[in-house]
Amino acid sequence: MSEMVSNMELNCEGLNCPLPILKTKKAIDSLNSGDILKMTATDPGSVNDMASWAKRTGHEVVAHTEEGSVHTFFIKKK
Amino acid sequence: MSDTKKLAIIASQGTLDWGYPPFILASTAAAMDMEAVIFFTFYGLPLLKKEIDAKVSPHSNPAMPMKMPFGNKDFKSINWQIPNVISGNMPGFDSMATMMMKETFKQKGVATIEQLRSMCQEFGVRFIACQMTMEVFGFEKEEFIDGVEYGGAATFLEYAADADISLFI
Repeated sequence: MSEMVSNMELNCEGLNCPLPILKTKKAIDSLNSGDILKMTATDPGSVNDMASWAKRTGHEVVAHTEEGSVHTFFIKKK
Repeated sequence: MSDTKKLAIIASQGTLDWGYPPFILASTAAAMDMEAVIFFTFYGLPLLKKEIDAKVSPHSNPAMPMKMPFGNKDFKSINWQIPNVISGNMPGFDSMATMMMKETFKQKGVATIEQLRSMCQEFGVRFIACQMTMEVFGFEKEEFIDGVEYGGAATFLEYAADADISLFI
């Protein structure tokens, strides 16, 4: 997914629930509508949690990849 | 009418293990664009103190796994069966268990209660301290962090009446 352009990168590797969600929220708040946030996490629960978070907030997970234990999410701010 | 979802939590326990859920849920709710209020009453009140001194007591939690935060993987996975006669009577046992739990949480990348509490405040979660319990247990406002509101059952219920999720923890 290296071809995907992001406006900001957020490393949540090694962090556990609910920190990846909380840090993602803070990062998204600092961006403009339409911007892309790249977030990486190792918490296996973050896959379902990011989907639920996006569903409620209206921001969109445009891509999710998994490499080893690292999950990479590209989130588009609504 | 706004369609913002509302979460109402009563935090009634102040041990390390019971102290986490109110702050985890309220901060996450706020991160999901919900409104959240935590009403701190009885033993939940100390969670508002500037310095949180929450401990965990294995004696009161028979199902609590007792695992070491150090050593190799096999050693860490051993669940030590400690008889209640020891965990309930040995001086310092709770402090040791608390230290081990905190260390394990740290290793697993879990936030501290203080971190989650300050993120709650940053995200606009409202904290209400039960005025009656403060009188009964002799707590002063000066002992608590800034930004706390004070009220009673009616204050909480006025908000909770319109809440979509209400939890007693």
